[in-house]
Amino acid sequence: MVEITQPLPTEIARFLTARARWSLIEIAFWIIAFASIYFLPENYLILTEIVIWALFALSIDLILGFAGVITLGQAAFFGVGAYAAGLMAKHGIIVEPVLALIAAGLVASLLGFLTSFLVLRGSDLTRLMVTLGIALVLHEIANRFANITGGADGLQGVNMAPVLGIFRFDLWGQTAYVYSLIVLFVLFAIARRVVRSPFGLSLLAIKGNPLRAAAIGIGVNWRLVAIYTIAAFYAGIAGALLTQTTAFASLEGFSFNRSADGLLILIIGGTGYLYGGIVGALIFKYMQDWLANITPQYWQFWVGLVLVLIVLIGRERISGWFNPVRRFTERIGNWRPGKASTLGMSPGDGGQP
Amino acid sequence: MLTILFDGIAYGMLLFVLACGLAVTLGLMNFVNLAHGSFAMVGGYAALVIVNNLGMPFAVGLVGAFVFAALLGALTERTLYVHVYSKSHLEQVLFTIGLVFISVAAVDYLMGSQQQFIQIPAALQGQIEVAGVGMSKYRLMIIAICGVLTVVLQLILMRSRFGSQLRAAVDDQRVARGLGINVGAVFGITFAIGSGLAGLGGALGAEILGLDPVFPLKYMIYFLIVVTVGGTSSITAPFMASILLGVADVAGKYYVPKLGAFVIYTIMIVVLILRPQGLFARGRAR
Repeated sequence: MVEITQPLPTEIARFLTARARWSLIEIAFWIIAFASIYFLPENYLILTEIVIWALFALSIDLILGFAGVITLGQAAFFGVGAYAAGLMAKHGIIVEPVLALIAAGLVASLLGFLTSFLVLRGSDLTRLMVTLGIALVLHEIANRFANITGGADGLQGVNMAPVLGIFRFDLWGQTAYVYSLIVLFVLFAIARRVVRSPFGLSLLAIKGNPLRAAAIGIGVNWRLVAIYTIAAFYAGIAGALLTQTTAFASLEGFSFNRSADGLLILIIGGTGYLYGGIVGALIFKYMQDWLANITPQYWQFWVGLVLVLIVLIGRERISGWFNPVRRFTERIGNWRPGKASTLGMSPGDGGQP
Repeated sequence: MLTILFDGIAYGMLLFVLACGLAVTLGLMNFVNLAHGSFAMVGGYAALVIVNNLGMPFAVGLVGAFVFAALLGALTERTLYVHVYSKSHLEQVLFTIGLVFISVAAVDYLMGSQQQFIQIPAALQGQIEVAGVGMSKYRLMIIAICGVLTVVLQLILMRSRFGSQLRAAVDDQRVARGLGINVGAVFGITFAIGSGLAGLGGALGAEILGLDPVFPLKYMIYFLIVVTVGGTSSITAPFMASILLGVADVAGKYYVPKLGAFVIYTIMIVVLILRPQGLFARGRAR
């Protein structure tokens, strides 16, 4: 129970600040992430891939984990971001990578904004179909307009300018990794701010029960439009990062497999607490690396098996296995020198419905 | 022009046979089964093995495709799917995507990744002229088989005891159960038949749609389009939707090849926006 010792607005303000506070465990997480720049120099390529997958899964988490919208077409925005960044660099429209990244994200979010009105109609099944359909239409468009996109061969001849005009993309992928990691961190911090805000709370209410949320005065539709647009922006940035770090964009960006893998990554890591995408991407990528070494051709089989098992065992039960770990991390995370938490709710479980 | 119409109808009929099982799964249990195409693929490969490797007649291959896919459908329904019916749509999507990935990799492992062709008998090759319109014999056979199947399915659904049980279960599961209908068994049988029909469709369609391990992924969207555009309330609605899609797809690919599959995706999105419950749905569909 929350003890009300002060006027309600102050209590609410304190509750929201407590929710938004960075816990020690999160700070440690990011310190380790940045330390990897120094300690894992030979792993830059795979780490960059992990960061991009994490960002992509984060975008799915925003709509699935916080607003409860199932999507099979997040690759649409990934692909648009990838081609937007590629075309801008190739034709010299916006040369500086950071600006191009933001521009590509904006292009993707414009598409997200426009298609959000289609997605918000109907039931889960209709949403699945429409998101899937949009991704397929874009895939088809990119495939047919080969004179612009390069078609099945992919977009070639992309030359990336140095980041901020100073840091060149080097052969070992150091610039690429540091750049991607910083982008991930900045976007993560923004996403964290968004979902811990009153807006984020109202999204959770919509996820719980849209009808009741509407009944207590939450404007359901425009909130869903907003979060869908934001998620599209994130997916677009992820796609643009892939293009910028590999100097290549391909139709694979639009593929159904990308949407499905993104969903799988998020499910492995867990939805609704933002770190799921990052944790999932780490596990997924290293698992892929390991399995691909054993059975190069059939690693998709194991992905399928993992998905089936996750569903059959039940996601709640699997996350239950980690309860002791979670309690431990929460205890560490809540600890602050000379200050006891007055609120029952810890910052760490803010995302759990 | 008429040839396009003819090809489109043959294609649509094929889509209907492939997708009608899915219409029932989605309509009856409100279960999102993205792995429906896997059964079609399995049926196609069963026919391939029977005809090409064992040297049996084509008709036996078709029957074998139906039986094999139906058995596999019944088996997976009883062992795996039953656990997932009550879960959320998200979990159903994840589960069936997982099954698709497994089936794609397994078939790749067993049969190789190249495109396969079932040998069709000489009697079915070539064309015949009817009133100045050239029709391929194979497509004519598809129309005949699928036409008969549609009529039979419609009769079973509308006239037989099993059909009325199924319709009762579709309309209201709980009341149907209260009336003593074994909804689980009805659904199991329907699932098996639907998978069998998909298998038959896969075998018939190997000539037109192609047969390779990524079949379930490639055509998943087509099946879902048939079901969502048609709605899940009756068997005639998906049938109409299949024909419409078949003709639209063939005509689209013929007249505006630049756009390719773009036409039907656009049709689907437009239909879903205008009629989220399906084009031919009754007043209040589930």
